[in-house]
Amino acid sequence: MVKEDIIFAGFGGQGVMLMGRLLAYAGMKEDRHVSWMPSYGPEMRGGTANCTVIVSDKEIPSPLTSKADIVVAMNLPSLLKFLDKVKPGGKLFINTSLIEEDVARDDIEVIEVNANDIALEVGEGRVANMVMLGALINKVGIVKMDTIKSSLSDVLSKRNHDLLEVNKQALDNGAKLV
Amino acid sequence: MGEKVLMKGNEAIAEAAVKAGCRYFFGYPITPQNEIPAYLSWRLPEVGGVFLQAESEVAASNMVYGAAGAGARVLTSSSSPGISLKAEGISYIAGAELPAVIVNMMRGGPGLGGIQPAQSDYFQATKGMAHGDFHLLVLAPSSVQEAVDLTIDAFALADKYRNPVMLLADGMIGQMMEPVEFTREIDPETLPDKPWATNGAKGREKNIINSLALDPAELEKHNLKLKAKYDQMKEEEVRFASKGLDDAETVIVAYGTAARIAASAIELARQVGYKVGLIRPITLFPFPEEIINQTADKVANFLTIEMSTGQMIEDVRLAVNGKKPVHFYGRTGGMIPSPEEIFEQIKIIGGAKE
Repeated sequence: MVKEDIIFAGFGGQGVMLMGRLLAYAGMKEDRHVSWMPSYGPEMRGGTANCTVIVSDKEIPSPLTSKADIVVAMNLPSLLKFLDKVKPGGKLFINTSLIEEDVARDDIEVIEVNANDIALEVGEGRVANMVMLGALINKVGIVKMDTIKSSLSDVLSKRNHDLLEVNKQALDNGAKLV
Repeated sequence: MGEKVLMKGNEAIAEAAVKAGCRYFFGYPITPQNEIPAYLSWRLPEVGGVFLQAESEVAASNMVYGAAGAGARVLTSSSSPGISLKAEGISYIAGAELPAVIVNMMRGGPGLGGIQPAQSDYFQATKGMAHGDFHLLVLAPSSVQEAVDLTIDAFALADKYRNPVMLLADGMIGQMMEPVEFTREIDPETLPDKPWATNGAKGREKNIINSLALDPAELEKHNLKLKAKYDQMKEEEVRFASKGLDDAETVIVAYGTAARIAASAIELARQVGYKVGLIRPITLFPFPEEIINQTADKVANFLTIEMSTGQMIEDVRLAVNGKKPVHFYGRTGGMIPSPEEIFEQIKIIGGAKE
């Protein structure tokens, strides 16, 4: 039985909800059980945002997780908040473009991705989330990269469909990092 | 139709209402259910329906009263404090025997409370919605797909009993996304005629929609008629899901979100030898008394899990009727219990296992 619990965290506007939705959508397309649970509250752009995605071969009981297999921290407050949530032996993806601090745990694998820098190389600062997701998918699988790419047009709102190609480029460039 | 889509609970419920042939929505915004009115504000006009944001919850529930009286399939949705405001209209709707569907995406209370998920409106939904001797039929989904299925059923049940039906969920079911499939679609034009509706009396006796009955003998007769409907619901509409009852020593009773988390706790407990089962009420009124009472003959004890300080536990105790101990664990105010916390309770009840 394969079940992966992933927490995506960052600040509002970084697209962490979108990363989670894209993974959940791709999981659904591959006929897996999926759930996507966002944090919700009064805070908006600039505040903290996170979502929990579960992709599993069987029915998902709780859509929340106490200990995640994978945590993605897109900024420092997210790292501080969710570092303890990584299961021993789990994986932590950190956005080193915005996080300079060392990770104070040696029982987990830390994967460093300079997501914002790579996004700027692609020519679109807003796709740092896709750089990170590309790295994640290439490192741990969960779903196929092709399914992620083919889900983009379903998940991205229509007004952003001019950015489909640059999102795919960001996924590829992120994948090359790991 | 038939294709899987990934949707938020709130949006899925809104689409399910449209699929059920509902063409009228009256409401007032409140977190965490705003995606329902937001979705219907564009979706209902698309199918020739009416979306109306009222000036208040009180107004909205009386608009529902009017539309239901005219024979329409009609929906309103809110969250805890907003439901309290709608209660007056709901009592009138129940008194006048009108079908309507009301969604409550519960948040922490009392008062304005918070906006995070809670299950603290159980008493209100099942027993004390408003003044007068009446009940709602209450449905409690625990997944987005079940929210869709129960929403569609809710309209049919409301019509069957000419009684308001409440879909009772919480912020978590409303906000989370899961794959859903819409397998049913009802054209409102094909629904059976409602001969009691006030939809124009040309060529027939006029119909009257009213909840006033000044003669106590007449009102008692009306109350007994309502009671007969609730008794019929108890006979025909009880729904629950169960798991692991065959060998269970402890049975958890939980609904909605709490049942999802309890299921995770049961997985943890079974890995180390605790035989734990689950009874998940899907209808909260009528409550699945019989299965709980029968299960009480076979198991050692019950554990009720709720996101409140303990409301449904009273119905569990009534159903168990003193046969076995009924324990309780709950978190409230918008806090969600973790599977590990529930597992700890299972260990306390079940004793040490080697």
